[in-house]
Amino acid sequence: MPWQAITQSLRGRPVRTSGGIPKRRSIWERIHLDPWLLGLLLVLMGSGLLVIYSASGQSMNVVIAQAIRFGVALMAMLIVAQFSPIFFLRWAPVAYGIGVLMLVAVELVGDVGMGAQRWLVIPGVIRFQPSEMMKLAVPMMVAAYLYRCELPPKLKDIVVCALIIGLPVALIAAQPDLGTSLLVASAAIIVVLLAGLSWRLIGLVCVLLASGFPLLWMNLHNYQRQRILTFLNPDTDPLGSGWGEEVGLIGMVILILLYLLIVSRGLWLASESQNTFGRLVAGSIILTFFIYVFVNIGMVSGILPVVGVPLPLVSYGGTSSVTLLVGFGILMSIHAHRRLLPR
Amino acid sequence: MPPRSDKLKNTEQELRIFRARALLALVVVVALTSLMVGRLAYLQVVQHDVYSTRSEKNRVRVEPLPPNRGLIYDRNGVLLAENRPTYNLTLVRERSENVDETLALLVELLELNDEETSTFYERSQQWQRPFQPVLLASDLSEEQIAQLAINRHRLPGVEVEAQLLRYYPDAEIMAHALGFVGRINAEEVENLDASRYAGTHFIGKTGVERFYEDDLHGQAGLRKVETNARGRVLRELGRTDPVPGKDLTLTLDKSLQMLAYELMDGRRGSIVALEPDSGEILAMVSTPGFDSNQFVTGIDRASYQELQENLNLPLFNRAIRGHYPPGSTIKPFLALGGLVDGAITPNTTINDPGYYQLPNDSRRYRNWLRWGHGRVDLERSLAVSNNTFYYSLAHEMGIDSLHEQMSNFGFGRRVAHDVQSESSGLMPSREWKRERFDQSWYPGETLSVGIGQGYWQITPLQLATATATLANRGQWVKPRMARKIGDTSLERDLPGTPDDINLAQDDWWDSVFSGMEKVISGSEGTARRTGEGLEYRMGGKSGTAQVFSLGQDQRYDADELEERLRDHALFMAFAPIEDPEIAVAVIVENAGGGSTHAAHLARAMTDEWLLDDEAPEVDEVRETLETDTSNVEGN
Repeated sequence: MPWQAITQSLRGRPVRTSGGIPKRRSIWERIHLDPWLLGLLLVLMGSGLLVIYSASGQSMNVVIAQAIRFGVALMAMLIVAQFSPIFFLRWAPVAYGIGVLMLVAVELVGDVGMGAQRWLVIPGVIRFQPSEMMKLAVPMMVAAYLYRCELPPKLKDIVVCALIIGLPVALIAAQPDLGTSLLVASAAIIVVLLAGLSWRLIGLVCVLLASGFPLLWMNLHNYQRQRILTFLNPDTDPLGSGWGEEVGLIGMVILILLYLLIVSRGLWLASESQNTFGRLVAGSIILTFFIYVFVNIGMVSGILPVVGVPLPLVSYGGTSSVTLLVGFGILMSIHAHRRLLPR
Repeated sequence: MPPRSDKLKNTEQELRIFRARALLALVVVVALTSLMVGRLAYLQVVQHDVYSTRSEKNRVRVEPLPPNRGLIYDRNGVLLAENRPTYNLTLVRERSENVDETLALLVELLELNDEETSTFYERSQQWQRPFQPVLLASDLSEEQIAQLAINRHRLPGVEVEAQLLRYYPDAEIMAHALGFVGRINAEEVENLDASRYAGTHFIGKTGVERFYEDDLHGQAGLRKVETNARGRVLRELGRTDPVPGKDLTLTLDKSLQMLAYELMDGRRGSIVALEPDSGEILAMVSTPGFDSNQFVTGIDRASYQELQENLNLPLFNRAIRGHYPPGSTIKPFLALGGLVDGAITPNTTINDPGYYQLPNDSRRYRNWLRWGHGRVDLERSLAVSNNTFYYSLAHEMGIDSLHEQMSNFGFGRRVAHDVQSESSGLMPSREWKRERFDQSWYPGETLSVGIGQGYWQITPLQLATATATLANRGQWVKPRMARKIGDTSLERDLPGTPDDINLAQDDWWDSVFSGMEKVISGSEGTARRTGEGLEYRMGGKSGTAQVFSLGQDQRYDADELEERLRDHALFMAFAPIEDPEIAVAVIVENAGGGSTHAAHLARAMTDEWLLDDEAPEVDEVRETLETDTSNVEGN
């Protein structure tokens, strides 16, 4: 009977804890969300709305528009959290493959915006930025691959991972969207690092990167060089009024601590995960989230050169919020389904 | 993918690696967080002063200070173009939150009518450099300014700026000579030096305003201002003053210019007067004129269309661009050309039976007096405007020599120094005809040219210039509009001055002058009525230019023709003969014979210039013109 199925599902089936005593599942477990993380995110989004209200000159329209975006993003998170990690594990290669194909399509027929081909447009249907999806698909693909390997990864596995990462990153960088390509690359590299990449290899890569910098510099666009030069010569800093102006030092410190709490909780959830795929993906998602925070604040405060990275869930904008909360949805799914996963 | 190795030991090892790495990541996260907090605290607490200055930078704006455009004076220091303080409405699109809403609100506040509204929207579309103000409306009324002031808070990016606007006190009279300024259009924006023209909305479009744009404009300055978050200026932090444009002193004499305009009495035509010795243009009138001030504030579509569709072509500068057959006015130049060429001497005499025939050709080229003037020498040929003498002369000279000699007087050339958009007229030649029609030159055409008909076309300025050169006894001075640019006077000898014209004997000039004097003062002179009561010696020559060519032996009655098919009346003159101070060219379109309908105007001009006492009242001159139609003259 369908009715029985639904009520049973809502009541929840008894599950066994580690102690072996049957226990009813809580409401949070039933909707597959982590209350702590959700609460912190809501507080963050609430303060984001306050900042926008102040920065936009008390414009309620702007705040409402952003609130609607948050609502959509939260719905996306809720839906994503309902899928089991096995689903992500199975579908990661497919998502990755489609993403790469779309990036190639963007390269060929993409819509040019702001001097870069980033958008894929199916007229009348959707205007889509494939690189946004790749922020999640690439690390999941790497994690899915490493899940099948014996860890710590061997040199052969590392080479395969490098290929998996390199292809989409190169395509995104060719759009050109260096900022996004670096974020995608770091999200995926974090997976490899968390999987136990040997310290010797890490050192080797660092040396290679340092020696490759002049080559990179030669291939940078003028505006990119300009940003780096600007960073090195802060007197010509082109920064406009930022969110920091709106909340003051105390506000900023509170905000940063809020981010720290979210990251800590996320790392905790990741390490609680009982399965390597879940751990790697969750760890990557939460650490990438921190990278966003660090890059934005570092940029505003002059620690880092200026790149267009929004302050997560505080800056005005829709796409990044959705991507982030979908990421958190995956994180929560991994956490809430941890007992359903094979070890 | 490799097969999953599902060993318990590995799983635990993997978890251990992950936990270690995650812990390390947390350490890095905490370290970086501390770095961020420390950096922010450093910026806000330790470097507070620096930070607050930098923050202020966002509110400091650099504003352009457009220079004051140079004023334009006549030769006596009478102001011809001034700058009137007005209020303009500008919009910086980038500072506006919602351009469409702002524009709609402005239309409502300014109470624009439909047409003004469409102009307004058109202007708002004009391409402009980012963060540069777009001029939406000029010359706002007090009421409009008040409305805008009240609603200022609803109009971010909108400014009412006080700006000096060009104003021409005697617009209609001066319109063609001075030209006018107008809004800088999209095409001009691209070619202008952005920093020089920062904040400037107007640029010289025609005439002197255009030619001397560089001198008149000056150099924009800058001021740094502190503004509030809404972009309103709070205080000035520093400034570089603009360099105002140079004032321009023209060679024009305003009273002579006014007289010329009034003499034309609204008819189509042109009067140009020059000082022969200096080449200075004393008056240059093209009628009808138009109100050039309309173009400064932006003319409305209906008025513009009316001006454009007006059959009298008020926007057309006849003085420098009007092409007219010169008719008999060029006979003195042809006589001089013949003297230079050697085709005639001052003593050459012909017998005029009333027509001229080319050898082996039955066609008769007629004198305007059917029964002929009998014995005609050089002086008499000018006085009675005999055609046969000049048919003969032209045939003797041939078109090649004729073309060369007339070019030396500036016909078919642009000779003025600073007259914008001057036309070269048309001095026909064999080469020209071959190029234009792919035909060879016929001897009969030389005869037509010999009496100033055929292909030959002159501009009033050219006729006046040639007259001045003649009055100078062949010494060339380039005609010019500017006397002084700022404090610098224009040199007399300018680059590109044509070569002087030399006769074999200097007293040959006197023969031509004498003939020209007889036109006005001789008993047979075509314009003898004009010479009545003359207080100085004056030389001149009348001309009647056929608007269309009549067939052989065909006679016509001017009254029966449409007014527009009537002949153009021309007259050229200079005075006094012994030491010329003024040379004049008059062209009245479709007025009829030149001796009757143009000569009086030239006399009025010379009287005004030469006599201390009052020149004859304009009304008197008009009366004479209206009643005196008895004196009939041919070509």
